[in-house]
Amino acid sequence: MIAQTRSRVLASTNLVAIALCAFIGLAIVTLAGHAQTSALHDAAHDTRHAAGFPCH
Amino acid sequence: MFQRILVGGLFAGFAAGLIAALLQLVFVQPVLLQAELYEGGGLAYPAAAGSAAAAAETGGIEPLRDGLSVLFTTLLYTGYALVLTAAMALAAERGIRIIARQGLVWGIAGFVSVQLAPAFGVPPELPGSAAAEIDLRRVWWFGTVAATAAGIGLAAFGRGWTMRGLAVALILAPHVIGAPQPASFAGPAPPEVGSLFAARALGTGLASWALLGLLAAYFWIREGKRMENTARTA
Repeated sequence: MIAQTRSRVLASTNLVAIALCAFIGLAIVTLAGHAQTSALHDAAHDTRHAAGFPCH
Repeated sequence: MFQRILVGGLFAGFAAGLIAALLQLVFVQPVLLQAELYEGGGLAYPAAAGSAAAAAETGGIEPLRDGLSVLFTTLLYTGYALVLTAAMALAAERGIRIIARQGLVWGIAGFVSVQLAPAFGVPPELPGSAAAEIDLRRVWWFGTVAATAAGIGLAAFGRGWTMRGLAVALILAPHVIGAPQPASFAGPAPPEVGSLFAARALGTGLASWALLGLLAAYFWIREGKRMENTARTA
């Protein structure tokens, strides 16, 4: 019973960790690839075109 | 788990990102610079004979501009790597064993989701080319990436015909709905430059994503072993 509860708690902390990492990754992609601030856009311009992101 | 994904993802993303940046500077950047000559009016199309040779002489290194490209490409691939490693972790959590060599398939699936599927409706854009409104394209882009990734995930791990049918529907839907298209075509560069750019962008993307997948799987396994050893000796 205790072991079962423990493995369930472990599994759910793992899921939280997975979701958090995916979120950090998505945030980085959005910032580098899609944020429209003019300074960011100019700096990341060539990268965005090469990655096939909508740029202008 | 958090540390395992983060460390593995950072290593894989940084290494694949540097290679991606190098490929991009060697193969994509010259075509992009050539297009900018047409965009800025330095070259005109259609033009007199010899313009292809003149245009081919673009290139050279611009330290600030290229440095920023290296920085942002590395950053972008680090973001990709974190998402890809998180997806591997989710699969492992559900009892799927990750082998280093399978990373290749994971990487190609990532490439199809993030580059090939969106390019099917909104091809890699040459600077100066005509396109629909940016917000519309962005919504379609994000929707396509999400639907394709979910579809590939279902096709790979789903069981039964309902799941498979749903996978096909998800992958097809963005293209049946259709990408936002420009009202008129106004790109100043020759079509030859545009198609070379699209092919180069997709080709370097495939190579970089394949490498990213292999590295992400390798580091996922390596970090797992390392943490096991630490736990054992502690």
